[in-house]
Amino acid sequence: MRDNDAPKKPNRPQLSLHVPEPPFRPGDTPDFSSLEIPPAGAAPKPDITATMAETEQLATGLIRVLDDEHKAVGPWDPKLDPDTLRKILRDMIIVRIFDDRMYRAQRQGKTSFYMKATGEEAVSTAAAAALDREDMNFPTYRQQGLLVARGYPLVEMMCQVYSNRGDKLNGRQLPVMYASKEHGFFSVSGNLATQFPQAVGWAMASAIKGDSRIAMGWIGDGSTAEGDFHAGMTFASVYNAPVVLAIVNNQWAISSFSGIAGGERATFAQRAIGYGLPGLRVDGNDALAVYSVVRWAADRARSNNGPALIEFFTYRASAHSTSDDPSGYRPADEAKAWPLGDPIERLKAHLITIGEWDEERHHALEEECSAEVRAAQKEAERKGTLATTSIDFPHDVRTMFTDVYAEMPWHLKEEQESMVAELEAKKR
Amino acid sequence: MSTMNMIQALNSAHDVMLGRDSNVVAMGEDVGYFGGVFRVTEGLQKKYGKTRVFDTPIAENGIVATAIGMATYGLRPVAEIQFADYIYPAYDQIVSEAARIRYRTAGEWNVPMVIRSPYGGGIFGGQTHSQSPEALFTHVAGLKTVIPSNPYDAKGLLIAAIEDDDPVLFFEPKRIYNGPFNGFFDRPMVPWAKHESSDVPDDYYKVPLGKAKVVREGTDVTVLAYGTMVHVCLATVEEMGIDAEVIDLRTLVPLDIEAIEESVRKTGRCVVVHEATRTTGLGAELVALIEERCFYSLEAPVQRAAGFDTPYPHSLEWAYFPGPVRIGTAIRKTLED
Repeated sequence: MRDNDAPKKPNRPQLSLHVPEPPFRPGDTPDFSSLEIPPAGAAPKPDITATMAETEQLATGLIRVLDDEHKAVGPWDPKLDPDTLRKILRDMIIVRIFDDRMYRAQRQGKTSFYMKATGEEAVSTAAAAALDREDMNFPTYRQQGLLVARGYPLVEMMCQVYSNRGDKLNGRQLPVMYASKEHGFFSVSGNLATQFPQAVGWAMASAIKGDSRIAMGWIGDGSTAEGDFHAGMTFASVYNAPVVLAIVNNQWAISSFSGIAGGERATFAQRAIGYGLPGLRVDGNDALAVYSVVRWAADRARSNNGPALIEFFTYRASAHSTSDDPSGYRPADEAKAWPLGDPIERLKAHLITIGEWDEERHHALEEECSAEVRAAQKEAERKGTLATTSIDFPHDVRTMFTDVYAEMPWHLKEEQESMVAELEAKKR
Repeated sequence: MSTMNMIQALNSAHDVMLGRDSNVVAMGEDVGYFGGVFRVTEGLQKKYGKTRVFDTPIAENGIVATAIGMATYGLRPVAEIQFADYIYPAYDQIVSEAARIRYRTAGEWNVPMVIRSPYGGGIFGGQTHSQSPEALFTHVAGLKTVIPSNPYDAKGLLIAAIEDDDPVLFFEPKRIYNGPFNGFFDRPMVPWAKHESSDVPDDYYKVPLGKAKVVREGTDVTVLAYGTMVHVCLATVEEMGIDAEVIDLRTLVPLDIEAIEESVRKTGRCVVVHEATRTTGLGAELVALIEERCFYSLEAPVQRAAGFDTPYPHSLEWAYFPGPVRIGTAIRKTLED
């Protein structure tokens, strides 16, 4: 007898399965008024030596610095100088324009794929500002802001997106899967959550060697369900690894809302508590709050006070990727209804409020950034775009076989020769 | 020079490398204070300290992932997976990460890491302590796979693996940790001390990766084997009284194709032996290579002797294990064809 055929027992309650459902679907009017948003400045700021218990309320609250009048308030105000704020603003604008242009380039058939970070630009750019330049990131595919903030040439990024002659990864990687050791940006993996425990391992190595550099590991809300998230948390906790672990909760994992990853019952920051680590839930669209919390966690890690888990509470305003159409699963205007606003607009308003910015300068900055991105694109396209229907490949085809191993073994040499012969036969 | 069994030789390899290179660390479940369930890392934490030799949580994905992170930092981690049967939670990190980081960064990062793991049957370990999963790794571009068959090679190959700049899967045939088991399970076990390969230099030496070894020269038939099966094959051909050439592959990827070709051209016959399940095992690849490269030297079809395509059965172990009868049958078939 199969379990299916077992007789029902009518005197017992019938079991039911809960499948989480997001509050709004296409056609609904998104209304986030029930979302609890504590006022800016309300969250206390503990010392970097604080225990998990002393930080517990930060896992359920929301650390915010910018208030409704665009002023920086409360103990988490990082009191940054205006130049630093303007740098973060500029980095965010570059990311947004870069994303828009590369998205369009994909639509024009110049590359296969692209992923935007629209709405979550503050998370990566302000985090980069808070880390030391030498610290190491193990990013996901939506932290291009780290590279921009650390001055990685836009042309090189675009060459990677185009897989063209200028792509230093030899056209091997899907667009946006950048890597740059010099910029402390580990190779992006399309396999989710893998980078989380790797960041912990890098940080453990830094501690083993008595170094002073720390690592930052990145993950999305959806992939916190992966085993690697939990392995990363366990190892970080066990070895007191000098690492900052960040969940970018942008509410959506392709079409699955955060509830499918377990977000209905507890915040993602609360997962830290089971590991005895501080969990800090932060307004991810508030660049000052992002900076401040990353700085707190980085200072903590750097002084051997251990790891912390940060949840950046934000919203993925654009599609998951160029292969995704969100109109099939969420209201079209949901991003506009998101109550935490737009990170660029909020930082701009703050700078204006403190008398360090104005509309004219903002417009000029946008023009300048736009010109910079356009110029980079022009230069990148001189080195080609992705050709999908030609065998005039941008890279020497022989490079397909290099870097599989340090030294090419005999079987790869043979395959390399046979591929060259195959291509020559095609040309004839 | 000391007389060592495989465990002592592997311990010595760790000891030599931890002493020579401050970037070498050893990690794994029970590896630290206790020295590993098979005692391979015994005494090393005491000698090198807790940050060089340490216990890890029971999370194979975490062990491999953190070792990858360490390797990208510049360390040379030697990570133990307690039994090869437990390696699957780490498969994504091995296949999608360790194996590909050099490639996807165009050489900017590499992963000089060794994953050691006891594998294989013959110890009444049931299905969770007996598997031979090497073909799951030889199938992956970017990985090297090494399997020693004796103490001398175990130490020299492990040192070579630690010094290698690519990720190496290092599977240790646990049935022969303490002696060269020859497949006759009903006969008394012979310790390593009586075997010439238990003479192991105390200091640093390497056995190069990618080089097979002819362990018995002969003219009738070539027998390709690795790990425990090397000894089973040697005993089988002695019992049969045939003049077989037995080759210990030692490294499965990259394979020593020259040694294989040379021998098969000479004998004209070949039998491929492994403990692992037969279908799409490494034997299939070996047979294909021989057919492609030595077809006109072959006198008979190449035969395989392997584990059956079932989960590893506990009480039926000696019916499952590819012992002297199964290997002998395969050899006779290729000799008679």
